[in-house]
Amino acid sequence: MAIVEIRSLVKSFKTLKAVDSISLNVENGEIFGLLGPNGAGKTTTVKILTTLLPPTSGEAFVGGFNVVHEASKVRRVIGYVPQALSADGTLTGYENLLIFAKLYDIPSNVRKQRIMDILDFMGLSEHANKLVRNYSGGMIRKLEVAQALLHNPKVLFLDEPTVGLDPVARQVVWDHVTKLKNEFGMTIFMTTHYMEEAEMLCDRVAIMNLGKIAAIGTVEELKNSIGKANATLDEVFVYYSGSTLDSGGSYRDSARTRKIAKRLG
Amino acid sequence: MTVREQEKLQKDLVKSNIFSGFFVKTLTIAELEARKLKHDPTELITRAIQPLLWLLVFGEVFTRIRAIPTGNVSYLDFMAPGILAQSVLFISIFYGISIIWERDLGIVHKFLASPTPRLSIVLGKALSASIRGLSQALIIYIFSLILGVKINGNLFDIIGVIAVVIISAILFSTFSLVIACIVRTRERFMGIGQLLTMPMFFASNAIYPISMMPEWLQIIAKLNPLSYEVDALRALMLPNFSSTYPLIIDFAVISLTSAGLVVIGAILYPRVAR
Repeated sequence: MAIVEIRSLVKSFKTLKAVDSISLNVENGEIFGLLGPNGAGKTTTVKILTTLLPPTSGEAFVGGFNVVHEASKVRRVIGYVPQALSADGTLTGYENLLIFAKLYDIPSNVRKQRIMDILDFMGLSEHANKLVRNYSGGMIRKLEVAQALLHNPKVLFLDEPTVGLDPVARQVVWDHVTKLKNEFGMTIFMTTHYMEEAEMLCDRVAIMNLGKIAAIGTVEELKNSIGKANATLDEVFVYYSGSTLDSGGSYRDSARTRKIAKRLG
Repeated sequence: MTVREQEKLQKDLVKSNIFSGFFVKTLTIAELEARKLKHDPTELITRAIQPLLWLLVFGEVFTRIRAIPTGNVSYLDFMAPGILAQSVLFISIFYGISIIWERDLGIVHKFLASPTPRLSIVLGKALSASIRGLSQALIIYIFSLILGVKINGNLFDIIGVIAVVIISAILFSTFSLVIACIVRTRERFMGIGQLLTMPMFFASNAIYPISMMPEWLQIIAKLNPLSYEVDALRALMLPNFSSTYPLIIDFAVISLTSAGLVVIGAILYPRVAR
């Protein structure tokens, strides 16, 4: 059974259709990547799935629960790491975890052990009592993943998990995501606009553009689908998200194009 | 035990869990802020300077001028509870900006995606304003004693002062949160915060009696919850002062206003993340 189910999901803001009738399933135990340029609707989709934003129409289920009508049940089975670095710098790593352990109803008799285990798993034990302000970017990211894992969620949502991290920190985060899948069989739903990240981690990806799913499948399937031998995922990405860029011609679109161009460089 | 009794017991257990869960989580949010203060208490110290200046500069001068009729107490005595109310107001009224800050950092999103009741988040935040307010109360008591304000040392009255400070901090910090949820940006919030603070403070009985004001201003002062807070504080802090309204009315006004604002805040808070 699919652990994340999205059916004809629409989210409209005043002038913009941020999510334009998307449907997809994520199976238990897979790492699923939502790819797309900035403004494609990835974060909006994640916000709907994590109960932060009510959809305009359509339905979504996480862990079998409806994200609108059973929001409080959904919140118990998900872990969520937002895009910004959100750990509290004025607290220690341990305190950051302690607060969330309480908010997630982890019983007081196992709380400390659970926090220690997770710190150990994330390789942060030595830094538990340091103020997070003194952590590196990669350590903060790991701490945030630790916060999201305390209650052993069924699905972990990572929104652009390595934006702004240096190559070493990025590799560390990737290693831990892989470890989570291999050791615990955790389902991970992530967004990214880094192709190498998707290629490295994701079992399946969907390319999102202008609120629509342009393509979905394994990385291999997508590479084969554009009919070019030895295609890279970058080329696949441009193929599916680039074709519509010329037609719009708004400032945002051209800014987006330039950004992609710069990245592919 | 019959089946029905068992079912009822089960239901009660679930209910009590929801109930105790609400309190645990409210206190957890307040604990988060308290731990931050513990790691970095500089804010509490710098905050202590302003009320001291008001008492020293404004209070000492106006005590000599005797321009303001304060009945059987000296102006400095009259003013000390008003300055306590002012400190609580100033600490609380810019509280909302931290919500906007936390929204930009994704902290709001993390709270909202967790099984924490919205009411707990809002009330917990407000209680952390109360912690800051209480630290101000302590400082103002110390200054007042040094400056020779005749303060009431009765234990029940002190407990009353603590209660008024806690409730008022909830009131004004949640008011601030509601505004932040509506305006949503730092710049707009700062403008509105400045705009509100001045009339809220001066259109109240904090540093002069309402009876001195022109009639139109008296109406505003009587609608201002700060007036009821100050009225209660004066009656509780000063030995020879009888409150304008019965204490029970003062408490009812600030408690009900706080409760209303917390509910409105809990409804608006999730919209910050959108």
